[in-house]
Amino acid sequence: MMIESMGVLRVVAEAVDAGGGIVPFQIIGFVLAVVGLVFFLGTSVGMVRFPDFYTRMHAAGKGDSLSTMLILSGFALITMEDFSLGSWLLFVKIMGIVLFIYITSPTSSHALMRAAFEDDEMPLEEKDLNKPSKVKK
Amino acid sequence: MIDWFAIIMGSTLFLLMIPMVYRIWVGPTPFDRMLAVNVIGTKTAVLLVIIGTLFDRVDMFVDFAIAYALLNFVSAIVVSRYLNRTISLREMEEREKAKGAKV
Repeated sequence: MMIESMGVLRVVAEAVDAGGGIVPFQIIGFVLAVVGLVFFLGTSVGMVRFPDFYTRMHAAGKGDSLSTMLILSGFALITMEDFSLGSWLLFVKIMGIVLFIYITSPTSSHALMRAAFEDDEMPLEEKDLNKPSKVKK
Repeated sequence: MIDWFAIIMGSTLFLLMIPMVYRIWVGPTPFDRMLAVNVIGTKTAVLLVIIGTLFDRVDMFVDFAIAYALLNFVSAIVVSRYLNRTISLREMEEREKAKGAKV
């Protein structure tokens, strides 16, 4: 069944390749990569502008893992030009990185946050926001 | 088309890493610095795949990206354990002393 679907996809790719240069799900790959870049923009803005370690962890932990997964999935689709065995192997490898980051990025965020919490790094409260000297440093 | 897309993606990713360098520079706690290093390391794995797309050698660069992601995860875990253990023990002793003085 796998071989058969690969054959069908190769026929589709050849048909499209005669018309233009880009296979239609490379366009999906472009869209995924650009969406991941938008999420990473959110992460970097949050890392600069949030006042507290835990809020920065919130920005970095979520946006970083999601944007990495989206950009890698997008490039896994983009590099899939012909449907040969080598490009399937490449696709599976890149999706393996995506799976690895899906597991490990929340784990490392959790470990760092637990270390910070046991280090008595207290979250910012509302009364701390009125004192700019503590926030600025 | 794909080459230009990879160039634009990679340079934008590199430009968006500069705020992380700012956070490493001024970060008040060591955990902030470690978090920014972690984000930069994850994004470097992505950048390696993009560079591989640019050179048409993704099959080689994907292995580098796997190794980089693995190393990044291990370094984050090790540093968080290290900071946790050293500082937490000292704090615990101080807390024990304070409690003994109170009682």
